[in-house]
Amino acid sequence: MKRETLLAIVGALALILCAWAIPWLKFVLTVALAKGIAVLGILLLLRAGQVSFGHAMFLAVGAYTVAFVAPSVPEVLLLLPLAALLATALGLVIGLFLVRYRDIFFGMLNLALSMVIYSLLEKMYAITHGTDGIRIAALTFAGVSLEREVQEWVMFGIALTLAIGFGLLVRAYLGSPMGRALAGIKTRETRLEFMGVSARLVLLFAYVLSALMGGVGGALVSMTTRHVTPQLAYWTSSGELVFIAILGGAGSALGPFLGATAFELVRVYAAAAVADAWQMILGGVLLLVILFAPGGVWGILSSKLKGRGA
Amino acid sequence: MTEAVTRRTAMLGAAATSGALLFAGGNARAQAKPTELRVGITTFLSGPASVFGVPAKQAAELLFEEINKAGGIGGIPVRAFFVDEAPGTDHLVGEYRRLVQNEGCQIILASISSGSCLACTPLSDEMKKTTLLWDCGTQRIFEEGPHPYAFRTQGYGTPEVLAPLLYLLKHKPDFRTLAVINQDYAWGRDSWELWKAGMDAMKPGVRVVAEMFPRFGATDYSTEVTRLLAARPDVILSTSWGGDLTTLIRQSTERRLFERSLFVMPIAEASLPTLGRTMPAGHIIGARGDHWNNHPSPKDPARLKRLVDSYRAKYNEYPIYPVHHMAQAISAMQAAYAKAIAAKGAGGWPNDLELSNAFRGLTFDTPTSTITLREDGQGLEDQIVGLSSFNDKFPFSVPKDMILFPAAMVSTPVGQKSTDWLKTLKPDFVSQVPAPMAG
Repeated sequence: MKRETLLAIVGALALILCAWAIPWLKFVLTVALAKGIAVLGILLLLRAGQVSFGHAMFLAVGAYTVAFVAPSVPEVLLLLPLAALLATALGLVIGLFLVRYRDIFFGMLNLALSMVIYSLLEKMYAITHGTDGIRIAALTFAGVSLEREVQEWVMFGIALTLAIGFGLLVRAYLGSPMGRALAGIKTRETRLEFMGVSARLVLLFAYVLSALMGGVGGALVSMTTRHVTPQLAYWTSSGELVFIAILGGAGSALGPFLGATAFELVRVYAAAAVADAWQMILGGVLLLVILFAPGGVWGILSSKLKGRGA
Repeated sequence: MTEAVTRRTAMLGAAATSGALLFAGGNARAQAKPTELRVGITTFLSGPASVFGVPAKQAAELLFEEINKAGGIGGIPVRAFFVDEAPGTDHLVGEYRRLVQNEGCQIILASISSGSCLACTPLSDEMKKTTLLWDCGTQRIFEEGPHPYAFRTQGYGTPEVLAPLLYLLKHKPDFRTLAVINQDYAWGRDSWELWKAGMDAMKPGVRVVAEMFPRFGATDYSTEVTRLLAARPDVILSTSWGGDLTTLIRQSTERRLFERSLFVMPIAEASLPTLGRTMPAGHIIGARGDHWNNHPSPKDPARLKRLVDSYRAKYNEYPIYPVHHMAQAISAMQAAYAKAIAAKGAGGWPNDLELSNAFRGLTFDTPTSTITLREDGQGLEDQIVGLSSFNDKFPFSVPKDMILFPAAMVSTPVGQKSTDWLKTLKPDFVSQVPAPMAG
């Protein structure tokens, strides 16, 4: 546990150093942290043995909330909670019937709903501008409108703070009885029911929490990139989140952030090195992780650290 | 073991830090004449739109090689940094930053997709980096607000839809019904809105018998073709492109839809080499510009021939419009640098502001014509529309009875919105359409 904290502090410091030393990476790392927050939600569901192939819908809801509300209320500190609230509400409504399903049905229903949201965003052309997307107006932070350079630092700071906050929250949650019960869903649900714990309620709580984090992640992504398109809700984006979860490893709340950072950096550097074959490199990395490090980046690091201690 | 790991980590850290400092150093010196001119180019290298993106990349490589052989721009070699647009805007805006802040690109050639352009243009304002919108067509860019560092070196949606519409009104003035079948995404919807506004203004009373927006990337159009066969429209409009259009044309010819209705396909040119002889003759085709392979009177025939021949020799295929759009952006870049360097005096090198000032109002040559960048940054590119036909020079369809529409005639005036302007057109606007070109 101590090592995890140490690793988190070292990781956060490394991110700050990186963002300071290489200005353009600040943007990439902010997006990585935002996606990491969303992947934390996937991690919760993975603990219960459920994979959501449609989680990007919460990102899209968060992002489009920002896009629609920003012209009238360009305040970051109001937009973030609002985006989180709407995503949570959607998560609650969808979750109420989704938690009745397990495994492939759970995954596919999530996928179907996210594609419904994608189609709505794409087809309601007069409102959403379709695939061209919406430009997000200049934002203010606590009432102050900022220069681009400062704004980038502010977004990076918010993303890092929220990442640490949600990381701690998820860690506490996973350690609590509610969180422990998630593992029960994965192994044998009937046992939970025998103990008087409602499996549906446990999963619903995790699902709503994951929707909340998805909404926050989406809002952060949209505030950083300042342009939203329906692509955010497309199934490939959901696949990306699952990819990140696997890459990072489900063993710790640090996994999603390790995975997201690794994913964005591999993608950026692969795209820079071979612009027309970056997908192959990304796919190769995932294959290597699946074949040789099933615990993901977190698995590699924690075994390294353990080896040291022994 | 423990020590080895620590040392390795330490060395990695040191390497990363020194690398970072190098990058930082690279950013600090900007105004001095660089050793090479770095050009960032965003284009589709994967996905369905790579049918445009890859030829454009090839064109850029070909032309940069040519420029470097001739001594570069302002005496320094040019180097391209390509970026794939396919992963979406959040990746692309990150890549834009990388191109500017890390690779030190002095100018960016941005984007095929309109969504990408809409995301990159405001970034060009914020980062004060001259950005040439080399292919995207959305009318929203310059109509929704000024962008001091962005310039579009080719035409855009409005002239590319209005020119075929005028051609249709001239060629078949008595049509009474029309159907539309466009891809279901922003361009498909936008282009139909533009067409409808212009058509209702210049020829009120046309009945639209079907509005169909099949899925982007659809592979089966049998339902749509059946409906079109039943509806028997006089005219069928399709602004689809790439694989979608090729499939639509093939499936429609098989069921003889082309014999019943007159097709108008403003972006057909890029699909014609693929279709070869299967493309039906006598239908209205456009090329998003005036750069047809059989242009009857190009401004610089030798240059057009050289571009076509060298492209064919290197890649074994005919150039399509994205090749010309890339060539236009590169021509504009050469002309603007020449202008800016001349204004600066010997040995000087323009900064970002001076470079963007050089683009404003710039007139540059293309193989087929000249293009002027208006005060809002929009380029004025002439449009040539014609009827598909075959001759023995090309193994695929080329236009005949071509009409050249001057850009100023078919472009929305500065400061107006396209749909509003199109609604003000009068039926007698058609009488201004020039006569078909000779040859």
